[in-house]
Amino acid sequence: MPGMGLLLLKGMAVLGFISTSAMFLIWWERKVSALIQNRMGPMATGWHGSLQSVADSIKLLLKENIVPAGADKLIWWLAPFFVVFPSVSAFVTIPFSEKLVPRDLNVGILFVTSITSVCVLGIFMAGWGSNNKYSLLGGMRSAAQIISYEVPLLLSIVLVVMQTGTLSMVEIVRAQAHGWFLLRPHLALAFVIYLISATAEVNRVPFDIPEAESELGAGYHTEYSGMKFAMFFVAEYTNLFIISAVAATLFLGGWQGPLLPPVVWFLLKAYGIIFLLMWVRWTLPRVRMDQMMAFAWKVLTPVSLANLLLSGWLMLR
Amino acid sequence: MEQVEQNKSPELRSEELVVNMGPQHPSTHGVLYLELRLDGEIVVDCRPHLGYLHRSIEKIAENRTYIQFVPFTDRLDYLASMNNNLGYVLAVEKLLGLPVNERVQYIRTIIVELNRVGSHLVSIGTFAQDLGAYATPLFYCFRDREKIVELFDELCGSRLTYNYMRIGGVQNDLPPGVDKIIKDFIQYERKKLDEYNELLTYNAIFLSRTKKVGILSKETAINYGVTGPCLRATGFKWDLRKEEPYLIYDRFKFDIPVGTMGDSWDRYKVRLEEIQESLKIIEQAIGAVPEGNPVAKVNKVYKPAAGEVYLRTENPRGELGFYIVSDGTTKPYRNKIRSPSFSNLSVLPELIRGLNVSDAVCVLGSIDIVMGEIDR
Repeated sequence: MPGMGLLLLKGMAVLGFISTSAMFLIWWERKVSALIQNRMGPMATGWHGSLQSVADSIKLLLKENIVPAGADKLIWWLAPFFVVFPSVSAFVTIPFSEKLVPRDLNVGILFVTSITSVCVLGIFMAGWGSNNKYSLLGGMRSAAQIISYEVPLLLSIVLVVMQTGTLSMVEIVRAQAHGWFLLRPHLALAFVIYLISATAEVNRVPFDIPEAESELGAGYHTEYSGMKFAMFFVAEYTNLFIISAVAATLFLGGWQGPLLPPVVWFLLKAYGIIFLLMWVRWTLPRVRMDQMMAFAWKVLTPVSLANLLLSGWLMLR
Repeated sequence: MEQVEQNKSPELRSEELVVNMGPQHPSTHGVLYLELRLDGEIVVDCRPHLGYLHRSIEKIAENRTYIQFVPFTDRLDYLASMNNNLGYVLAVEKLLGLPVNERVQYIRTIIVELNRVGSHLVSIGTFAQDLGAYATPLFYCFRDREKIVELFDELCGSRLTYNYMRIGGVQNDLPPGVDKIIKDFIQYERKKLDEYNELLTYNAIFLSRTKKVGILSKETAINYGVTGPCLRATGFKWDLRKEEPYLIYDRFKFDIPVGTMGDSWDRYKVRLEEIQESLKIIEQAIGAVPEGNPVAKVNKVYKPAAGEVYLRTENPRGELGFYIVSDGTTKPYRNKIRSPSFSNLSVLPELIRGLNVSDAVCVLGSIDIVMGEIDR
């Protein structure tokens, strides 16, 4: 079956991209943080420490896999897969360029948002299965946080869908041929809301409450070691790439841009947003759990609803 | 607290979660062990357990001569070793009735104020770290403190435990060219303090995390014997450098920064402003250091007449007191240390009851304890 072979190839390409991208992002984050903090960052392994992530992953592969006493074994074993699987699956509809799309589903954006919500299950399973109070608190916080921020996140995406009338990511990019959505005021607001909610979705500063080191050790993945820990780590950075890629697709015109090849444009935009998020991470303190929930329900959700109503009225007029 | 009441209904019984925070925990600053009883995320009760860093320093003091004990004071509040040295040395000098010359007084003032700046910088950095600002403010503060530490390294060959003060003098004279180094540092640090104000002090998230969190009233603070920036943050103007001037503090112009409501933000802000004031003192002192020989000719052993002395000094964390009883021999009969962090920590359960875990960490960070002087 030739179709099957092509699919397999695409799958492998996606997996290859994910692991390379995650390793690159981990190295890059360390370099960005070093830049912000007046340090050098990793320097010893390879040119400017560029092979540090490779060395780290080899180390993690070889590490012992410790199962905590009293852990709920099945749940504990499954949790990392539940975290990695959705973030990998979300790549299915991300359009790197007009042609380079693993599969252009007609429900594209809906698929991405729904499959990435499965992550919360894995995080909660990790928290529950570890038989550790800190992990449990981290898992509970994470579940509450991700579910809350899903609402403004989706509302901001709905606006884009209203504008374009399609759920397909490729079509959404095509609709931006005459100007990015970011340049329209109501969609710019949606972009800001999206970025804030997405930061909360991937548990990054200032919303890194599930992993609040000063309170909870490492949160839900405190008890994980070796490759299982690496899976959480890879999932974290893959999710980071996905939210940035979706932002680039929905608001920054995806692959479109002059001169450079489309893929380069797409990656430039995605990594630009990632840099912004890293910058935020290494600068701001963390908000408190209740403040964060209040922000989601009392600020972001009403604002995005109002934005939705107003834009809808303007579109129908 | 309503939640706690609800949970007592017989049908829907829920248990309190006991979380052992520490002794190995990223935000317990050393080896403090807090036994937290949580209802959900609300702290119902907190019991600090001490003793993980106990080295019986007070007992050791009884078996060492007066001079031999100076290095042990370094290990009390290890972030402010110079200030500890000073407190002990002043107490012994008072016991002996030993005069010191002017140059020593000036050098001591400059050095302890520099150490106060260094200590407050660590405090601010770690506080921001506890609030989840991933290491960036901490690195900035340590970068600034490094300049002080390097100066001390040049001064006495040590970066953390200085053992610089001597009974009757100091270990070494100031190194040549130190005036310029210190003046440059003052200019540099003033600019950096503005940077901290931008990065942290008036940051919306920082404000929302620290304002009205862990409010300490004036009365509670006094009842628990809280001193230092934590006391001043409540609005009570009490600084031994003004109230009972030791060294030559009465010659310098400086203010005592006070807070308004005694919350975590006030405690942080008082420390930040105290850095400014310390810089002012150093600036005034560095230009007026008189000539003289600060390295005193000292006896090998001292035999104070039988008697007792209590002397307290203003450490970065509060009042450090040495109560020394002499029985006329070369070793003290008793050396009781009143450490500020111990009293400051004792008020913690009072402050964090009813707050959630994140705030408890914030309050603990704002109290700024050093386990070395709590356990001694």
